[in-house]
Amino acid sequence: MADRQPIGKAELARQLREFIDPHYVIEDAETQKVYECDGLPMYCATPLLVVVPETVDQIQQAMRVCHRHRIPVVARGAGTGLSAGAMPVSDGVVLSLARLTRIVDIDPLARSARVQPGVRNLAISEAAAEHGLYYAPDPSSQIACTIGGNVAENAGGVHCLKYGLTVHNILKLEVITVAGEKVTIGSEGLDTAGCDLLALMIGSEGLLGVVTEVTVKLLPVPQRAQVVMAAFDQVQTAGAAVGEVISRGIVPAGLEMMDSHAIKAAEAFCGAGYPVDAKALLLCELDGTREEVQQGIEQVEHLFLRLGATATRVSHDEAERALLWKGRKSAFPAVGRIAPDYYCMDGTIPRSQLARVLAEIDTLAEHYSLRVANVFHAGDGNLHPLILFDASVPGEFEKTEELGGRILELCVAVGGCITGEHGVGIEKIRQMHVQFDEVELAQFRAIKSAFDAGGTLNPGKGIPVLKRCQEYRALDARASLR
Amino acid sequence: MSDSSGQLVEQVKTALAQGSSLNIIGRGSKAHLGRTASGSPLHLADHSGIVDYQPVELVVTARAGTPITEINDVLAEHNQMLSFEPPDCDGAASIGGTLACNLSGPGRPWGGSVRDMLLGIRLINGRGEHLRFGGQVIKNVAGYDASRLQAGAMGTLGVVTEVSLKVMPKPALTQTLVQQTDAAEAILIMNRLAGRSQPLTAACWLDGNLYVRLAGARAAVEAAAAQWSGERLDGDGGRFWEQLREQQLSFFAGPAPLWRFSLKPSAPHFLPQASWLLDWGGAQRWLRGDGLDPEFDRGELEAAAVAGGGQVSLFRGGDRSGEVFHTQTEMLQTIHKQVKAAFDPRGLFNPGRLYSWL
Repeated sequence: MADRQPIGKAELARQLREFIDPHYVIEDAETQKVYECDGLPMYCATPLLVVVPETVDQIQQAMRVCHRHRIPVVARGAGTGLSAGAMPVSDGVVLSLARLTRIVDIDPLARSARVQPGVRNLAISEAAAEHGLYYAPDPSSQIACTIGGNVAENAGGVHCLKYGLTVHNILKLEVITVAGEKVTIGSEGLDTAGCDLLALMIGSEGLLGVVTEVTVKLLPVPQRAQVVMAAFDQVQTAGAAVGEVISRGIVPAGLEMMDSHAIKAAEAFCGAGYPVDAKALLLCELDGTREEVQQGIEQVEHLFLRLGATATRVSHDEAERALLWKGRKSAFPAVGRIAPDYYCMDGTIPRSQLARVLAEIDTLAEHYSLRVANVFHAGDGNLHPLILFDASVPGEFEKTEELGGRILELCVAVGGCITGEHGVGIEKIRQMHVQFDEVELAQFRAIKSAFDAGGTLNPGKGIPVLKRCQEYRALDARASLR
Repeated sequence: MSDSSGQLVEQVKTALAQGSSLNIIGRGSKAHLGRTASGSPLHLADHSGIVDYQPVELVVTARAGTPITEINDVLAEHNQMLSFEPPDCDGAASIGGTLACNLSGPGRPWGGSVRDMLLGIRLINGRGEHLRFGGQVIKNVAGYDASRLQAGAMGTLGVVTEVSLKVMPKPALTQTLVQQTDAAEAILIMNRLAGRSQPLTAACWLDGNLYVRLAGARAAVEAAAAQWSGERLDGDGGRFWEQLREQQLSFFAGPAPLWRFSLKPSAPHFLPQASWLLDWGGAQRWLRGDGLDPEFDRGELEAAAVAGGGQVSLFRGGDRSGEVFHTQTEMLQTIHKQVKAAFDPRGLFNPGRLYSWL
């Protein structure tokens, strides 16, 4: 690479406009404003440029231009991420995939769909519905979030225990490398020869390549889905009930828990009929054939009552099922009403540690004089503590972040991890040192270098770089001289 | 049944210092897979035993040398199972080898693969460092997925010493139905059945017979069995699926080369005169050589596989000194080499076992 030199913003824009519609090479601060952050607005930055290509060919060319001049590239879907993974870097380009919104093909017999990265998660299920099929992973942002972003983050949802995460539901990816080469990973079969690069790519947070096409698996829509709500007067009892359901060999489609702060906020927000005096609320959904759901729901309700539920309610039609879920699904905005701001954490813990973790979160919250509401994907151990705070009070966000960090460290201490589905991004980069030791982080950096030796793909996210950045850059510069 | 990871790390460091290479061996049941091995043996059979099993968490952690049968037995006490149904090779299969070869049984399209159920690993890399990736929780997206990366790597990236897996409850009831049909029709039927919300957990065609397995809640299985065509096999039909999983059916007998196709499940049937077994609802297809020389043209088989949306590998038999896995594109070769170098810069582990160039 003879001309691997930084170039100015104007020259970069000129080169990109040679093949991208000039309106979609965005230079002015005002138009760039919407790209300054993702769903975690506390982290903002203004990029050099935003480009919104329309074709894969344009993406390849843009990648080549950036590679030639060592310009960082941050790929971006709908910007719904919650870890600042799509936050721009000030000396780099934001590559928005928002115009690649075509569902290329649906194969109903093989039960797969080939889609461009900017297709919304829910749009895939909507398009597949006429064939009785759907795409299973359903992050709560599924109305807005795109499949490309889902791949980057290995997105989850409330149905992971039974249907897995994104990594379990993808067959094939078309990826553009940092140097602008196109590579196909995976196939329309269930596996391919060699190392599982598909798994490596999924959840890599845009650090290894840019996804330009995704082939997803589709599943048959269940004949029936029904939900049991159960209220408990102790978190421990509810936690034990979750364990009992699992021990009985029941695999719920969704199994969610809310604590008393979340119950009260959700009930005030949407009147789902939650008992506001309960200390914990479980929502257990079963899906499948009519026969098995009917049998299973009776069994689960009986079990909850026997294990000390103070009240139960079973959905009898789709409207009632939607209502019972409405409270849970709107828990985040509901909590937003009882405090000026909230900060959503994403730790994972072994289910058996739930009572202990919630008690310790209470203690920590008291120490920081902050309130924490908890929403828990109890089936798969993914805890979302929502820290309530007021950003207009000086120092309160810093305090909130510190409490958040302590909560994640607690998750690691009990055998869990710092992120179940939101990704590391910038937000949890410090906690990576708690989850992994230095040699493990070095191994991650070596993987990164295998794909992107110059470190220009989404720099500063996901994996902490060497502590002495200066030294790191010097190493890079030396490598590129060879 | 002990932890010998300390010795394993030492052996890797010694090989590193001496510039020699290592041939990783679990319990030896898969020596015939991949290309011919070279290097000094690194045995993991003694690094064995279940480290942790929490039935309520649906998670088991075992050392790499632990026999699949031992894991199955322990899980069965709690009415749980490995949903990917790995071959146990009469007790000789280890969990580490199962992961390295990415082997899963008949339930794979519905119950997931070993890679799908994998939650975390410990691994000794080519620098002699003992690392931990993933964990023992179902959701974990911190860092790159270095765990699942090992599935199918044939031990070329490092020595997996410990494996954590998600386990699933055993189904309450299992039934197997069999009906007569030809291969092309069987492919259609298997794909149509898989598109319905029914408790289908395996589908296989062999010798003019289509076998389907229903498993799950009693009410669901009984209702589906009553609607679907086919004769019920005696009992739950478990013997058939076990023989299929272990490759003990007469289709698999003898030394003739065995080709494995991993295809789009609905890909049309091809080479109709040849001897086929279709598994995984059409997504995994086995082709037997006919003993003629040359039997099949490798290039033609690869072209047929690509046309069917997938790949082909010479699973067993034939020439193991040549390439046995599907040809990788130039770009994927480069990526494989760079990923290998990231884990094993000196090329200690299983050189040439996956590809001659790796």
